[in-house]
Amino acid sequence: MPLTMNAYWIGFKTFFKIGCFTIGGGYAMIPLIEEEVVNRRKWLSKEDFLDLMALSQALPGVFAVNFSIYIGYKLKGLPGSICLALGTILPSFLIILAIALCFRNYSQWPAVEAIFKGIRPAVVALIAQPCFHLARAAHIKLTNVWLPVFAALLIWLGGVSPVYIILAVAIGAFLYGQFVKPGDDDSHGSH
Amino acid sequence: MIYLLLFFSFFKIGLFGFGGGYAMISLIQGEVVSRYHWISTQEFTDIVAISQMTPGPIGINSATYVGYRAILNAGYSPTMAILGSATATLAVVLPSFLLMILVIKVLQRYMQSPVTRNIFEALRPTIVGLIAAAALLLMTPENFSSPDVNPWQFGISVFLFAAAFAGTHFFKINPIRMILFCGFAGLVLYL
Repeated sequence: MPLTMNAYWIGFKTFFKIGCFTIGGGYAMIPLIEEEVVNRRKWLSKEDFLDLMALSQALPGVFAVNFSIYIGYKLKGLPGSICLALGTILPSFLIILAIALCFRNYSQWPAVEAIFKGIRPAVVALIAQPCFHLARAAHIKLTNVWLPVFAALLIWLGGVSPVYIILAVAIGAFLYGQFVKPGDDDSHGSH
Repeated sequence: MIYLLLFFSFFKIGLFGFGGGYAMISLIQGEVVSRYHWISTQEFTDIVAISQMTPGPIGINSATYVGYRAILNAGYSPTMAILGSATATLAVVLPSFLLMILVIKVLQRYMQSPVTRNIFEALRPTIVGLIAAAALLLMTPENFSSPDVNPWQFGISVFLFAAAFAGTHFFKINPIRMILFCGFAGLVLYL
């Protein structure tokens, strides 16, 4: 009994910590989640991590919450996913509630502004850094390197929503597997 | 009654908020300011600023804040307002919760099929591109300042960016610790 409770507690604690240190939302959580979930706790492999990112992007809702739901479910089923999702939400809920209750205009405090001026560039670096070591887990080679490059350019310069890119690649890969790739043609018998 | 409206409104935001984060902002504004007039445009701008300065995803931050203000503005007590806060926050994550569980159940059945494997094999490199795009999109004067406006701050920003990158990539410093270091550097250098 204490052992199972412990699994809930570790999961909750881990995602509470992730929730506490995500500044700027969304992608800023990636390096934190990767460090905690892949490197430290070993709940997911690097490949699983990338698959889960694709899923979280393709589904509506908040990225980190989607992650916590998936991992919670993997660890302890439905109660696990509820427990970990609450862990992710709770820090921002409590902080915003405290702000709403007590004071406003705190973003104009010089000390707060100074701290955030230092943090913002670091957050950008923390987002850029995983690209390099995830490239290996994603099996990026000369034949498919155009995929990440095109995706990045379309989003960055073209302003295309990541959702469409994921959908387009998924549909493309499905069609490629069905009609072009040699091997398992027998299954659908078209020729 | 207003609790029910809050719930449905934020459930909708959670359901259609693809990509999370900044993609959600216009959706939230449409519901909360234009449609129901729960808060003013000024208050909404405050929330966006607060969300950028506090940890946590913007969708959750704004749900918590709007839930509180809406009930308070309607003339209820702060205790009732906290309940509104909780209602809106739970409503915004509920859609991703339901969808994620559904997707996990479906994937458990089909994950090993060649079709699914093909799709994820193509998605993994694409996701690396998505992360790169997120970093590129955040390399803005708002986060780094610029050489013309404030060379001192721009120089520090570039240094902190490089330090955070090298620190996490080569020296394997924990990302949370790295954020704390850079926040402290900002406090010392800018205050």
